Amino acid sequence: MAIDRREFLKIAGASAVLALGGKEVVDILVPGEVEASMKDLPIGQGKRWAMVVDTTKMDDNLIKKCQEVCHHIHNVPDLDSPKEEIKWIWEDDYEHTFPEQENEYVAEKIEKRVFPLLCNQCTNPPCCRVCPTQATWQREDGIVLIDEHRCIGCRFCMAACPYGSRSFNWGDPRRVMEDDRLKELNPDFPANPDYPTRTKGVVEKCTFCEERLAEGKLPACVETADKIRKGALIFGDLADPQSEVRKVLRERYSIRRKPELGTGPNVFYII
Amino acid sequence: MYDGGKIITGLIIGLGLLFSPFIYNAGKAAKTPEPVLTKKAKQAKECVAPKAFMKEWHMQLLDKWRHEVVRENKRYYRPRELASKMTLDHDLMDQWRYLVSIGKRHYIPSDDKVYKKSVEETCFDCHSNKSQFCDECHNYMGVKPYCWDCHIVPKESKEKE
Repeated sequence: MAIDRREFLKIAGASAVLALGGKEVVDILVPGEVEASMKDLPIGQGKRWAMVVDTTKMDDNLIKKCQEVCHHIHNVPDLDSPKEEIKWIWEDDYEHTFPEQENEYVAEKIEKRVFPLLCNQCTNPPCCRVCPTQATWQREDGIVLIDEHRCIGCRFCMAACPYGSRSFNWGDPRRVMEDDRLKELNPDFPANPDYPTRTKGVVEKCTFCEERLAEGKLPACVETADKIRKGALIFGDLADPQSEVRKVLRERYSIRRKPELGTGPNVFYII
Repeated sequence: MYDGGKIITGLIIGLGLLFSPFIYNAGKAAKTPEPVLTKKAKQAKECVAPKAFMKEWHMQLLDKWRHEVVRENKRYYRPRELASKMTLDHDLMDQWRYLVSIGKRHYIPSDDKVYKKSVEETCFDCHSNKSQFCDECHNYMGVKPYCWDCHIVPKESKEKE
């Protein structure tokens, strides 16, 4: 069987396309399908997770409740000392949340509001750039995580983070189980036996509840806030134009913390 | 020899000290570790991999799991894949060859179970007796893994199983 020049070039070209970019070509032709079938068992499918905080619905009590639940399920101890404090989600006032807003005459109701603060899961995270061991890194879906197995406790990331989102374990968190005074503050520590505590000398922070996202659940704070006041915290995928977060951001005016630094924070505050 | 008596006495004492641990333990064999299976572990009959494999390479398997869960967000594990060599990386491949060499090649899990790659939710679910299971060999080998500095060991019940 003879193949003419034309036939040969056709076959060669087709093979080259298949060889170079089998998956990519299929991806372009049938977007999403191949990628989905290659994924592990149920996992959050988001491409760029983000949280929207409706500050009009925020108050002391709600933030405290969120913090309580978050710290409870992640075995974050209350160390009763601002120096050693470990926090994943906490609250602050207007002035400290948005220091770059230099307007002296802010509407009173906004100035007096309280804001929940957490890791902004930046698009361009400075913490990851400075980590000498790559213990902290950004996942493909945008979540910035810490591999506690690899953290050496140098605290470069804490210096790099402009939001103070990271806490350092100055001592073994399990000391709250022995110390009489701390035992009272943390009666059921470690409350969640399925979640590891940290150890002395590692940095920790909010993870957007990646362990819950993997099971298709919302972050604990979002779930808690939803029960108290619907829509106080909204969580979703920024890459999906139909997502709840995108819908809310389209409709209402929001600001982010220190965006001028170029970190691309993914927590939005509706004012 | 000057001060010969003193030197020889000193030598004898010195050598005596040096060998004292050997003399002290002479004739006594160290207790062979006997890890105890809990009732639940016995009922389960099989672990996530064959016993021979788990005995020698549970640490490599755990390390692999750790990497996959933390870094790659792959949280589920199917022993069938290990059995069919589908997902073996090169480190585990050598170990699998060993299993073949000792005749464990045909190990196929009884059903296509899916396990969550979690020390707490999978390993400790059956092996909830750390002091009788994990520590038994670790103490014998003199290894001190620090898994438990962070991962929470289940409380052990006193009842004999």
